[in-house]
Amino acid sequence: MKRGIGYGIAALALVGVPFFSGEYYINLASQIFIFAIFAASINLLLGYGGLPTLGHAAYLGVAAYVPALLHLKLGLGHWISAPAALFGTTLMACAFGLIALRATGLGFLMLTLALSQVLWGTALRWVSMTDGDNGLRGPARPFNLDDATSFYYFALAVTAVSIWLMARFVASPFGATLQGTRDQPRRMSALGHDVWMIRWVTFIYAGFWGGVSGLLFIYYHKYIHPVSLSLANSAEGLLAVIAGGSGTVAGPIVGAAVVMLLKNYVSAYVERWNMLMGFVFVLIVVFMPEGLVPGVRRLWRRFRSVT
Amino acid sequence: MQYWAIQTLNSLALGGLLFLLAAGFSLIFGLMRIANLTHGALYMLGAYFGTSILKTVPNLWLAALIGGLAVGLLGGLFEKFVLRRLGGNILGQVLVTLGVAFILADVCLVVWGGDPLPIPTPPALQQPVRIAGLAFPAYRLAVVVIAVLVGILLYLLMERTRLGAMIRAGVDDMEMARACGIPVSRLFTTVFCLGAALAGAGGIIGGPIMSAYPGLDADMLPLALIVVILGGLGSLVGAFVGSFVIGFVYTFGVALLPDLAYVILFLPMILVIAFRPRGLFGKFAA
Repeated sequence: MKRGIGYGIAALALVGVPFFSGEYYINLASQIFIFAIFAASINLLLGYGGLPTLGHAAYLGVAAYVPALLHLKLGLGHWISAPAALFGTTLMACAFGLIALRATGLGFLMLTLALSQVLWGTALRWVSMTDGDNGLRGPARPFNLDDATSFYYFALAVTAVSIWLMARFVASPFGATLQGTRDQPRRMSALGHDVWMIRWVTFIYAGFWGGVSGLLFIYYHKYIHPVSLSLANSAEGLLAVIAGGSGTVAGPIVGAAVVMLLKNYVSAYVERWNMLMGFVFVLIVVFMPEGLVPGVRRLWRRFRSVT
Repeated sequence: MQYWAIQTLNSLALGGLLFLLAAGFSLIFGLMRIANLTHGALYMLGAYFGTSILKTVPNLWLAALIGGLAVGLLGGLFEKFVLRRLGGNILGQVLVTLGVAFILADVCLVVWGGDPLPIPTPPALQQPVRIAGLAFPAYRLAVVVIAVLVGILLYLLMERTRLGAMIRAGVDDMEMARACGIPVSRLFTTVFCLGAALAGAGGIIGGPIMSAYPGLDADMLPLALIVVILGGLGSLVGAFVGSFVIGFVYTFGVALLPDLAYVILFLPMILVIAFRPRGLFGKFAA
């Protein structure tokens, strides 16, 4: 009951944002939504599967490049390019999963990193296709979502559905087995679960949602650059998950908001975002390894037990 | 014919540089179980140090030695004061190395600016060497020789010295090594220093070929990663063989299909992972 009221207030606040804030903040909120989907999809692997991915930018980047390329080279519209982007990234996740899931732990991290870096290098160097460092102009937004407010509601709706479906995924019996493979892979295997298959399905699911965030990304920015495929982008997503709290539904959303606000505010004053991100990474890992959401929750519980 | 001979030598030279980078990466991983993502940044830092050192020290080899020592010292301090605090938290350690990699890359950008800085070839090695009617750039030959020498020295260090025996014991069973009285923590610092120093010196030695530019770290790190995935984590021989394989694949990939050179890097990796997931010479299943 109490929870329901909390969600209701949050929903009202989100729907109300465009009524009491300027275009800058509406756009910032849209960017946070897009980034939250991206972070939540990383959280599926890192938080619930115990699989530290450092190559998730590959899905965001490819899902953003595909519509831009289909539009520029073949003149195809959204009804073809959007499904093609999602289908393409999902298929890519199937293939990458086959490679990366030969390992777990650090091996998995290095394989995902190597795979995404190969895509980044290709996007940067295949100038005849991707125009390299100049980046590509994306197609116009679908459904005439050209003003900030209508795109905000579009992004809000997509994000709400995405987060809900991901939360359902981890709360389902399958999600429970996934968390089992994270904590006790051998026992899960002994109980008759196909640990590899569970991880692979999760990898593909996470790749799909990474693709959804990439599609929103190209619609929002109408531009894509190889930097979106880079290690820095994967690291930003990972930072959001860890800062917010991995293995929680709210963690990546809070983390995405924190990282995006930090990035936007700081970039307005100094150009040293990468350095700051590095410091935030180190500080969070050293001093707050559990993340904001579990940390605040623990403080709250302690506060309640005192009063 | 001349063209292919030069490409072969370029491949060998790139392989040599990759070995300087990947050997340290692989050793650190083998002993400490850390994927040290600062390694690309340390290579770049070495290259930038080189440009500054060469302003006062006119000799490239001396500069490589000084720069390597400086980068090694920084690596040791980082291990002792940051990574040590996170002992046992492997993911945390990797994330910290990632954070430090971003910090180092940005520091380089602030200090040395965004333009590529060349490192001149030593005058003695500017003339090409003529073998069987073909001209070979002397400097690249020298790089290959150095890489092979470093490889032999590292091999002797690991197989023939007391320190090497302790490192091998730590790699095989760290807890047992510790119980036998081997100072494993000090070993960690030593190996991290050594790996960082090799990367830094590699940056300077690679300078006349690649120069120092922002993004050098991001160019080298994936190559080093693919080398160790290919050669096997923690294996010196694997790093050596993997480096030259990737040196050839990448150089010929760039020469034949410049657009898709990075895609071609996939192929050896996928083949190895499909048929031998622990890498060619690896001891661990990654």
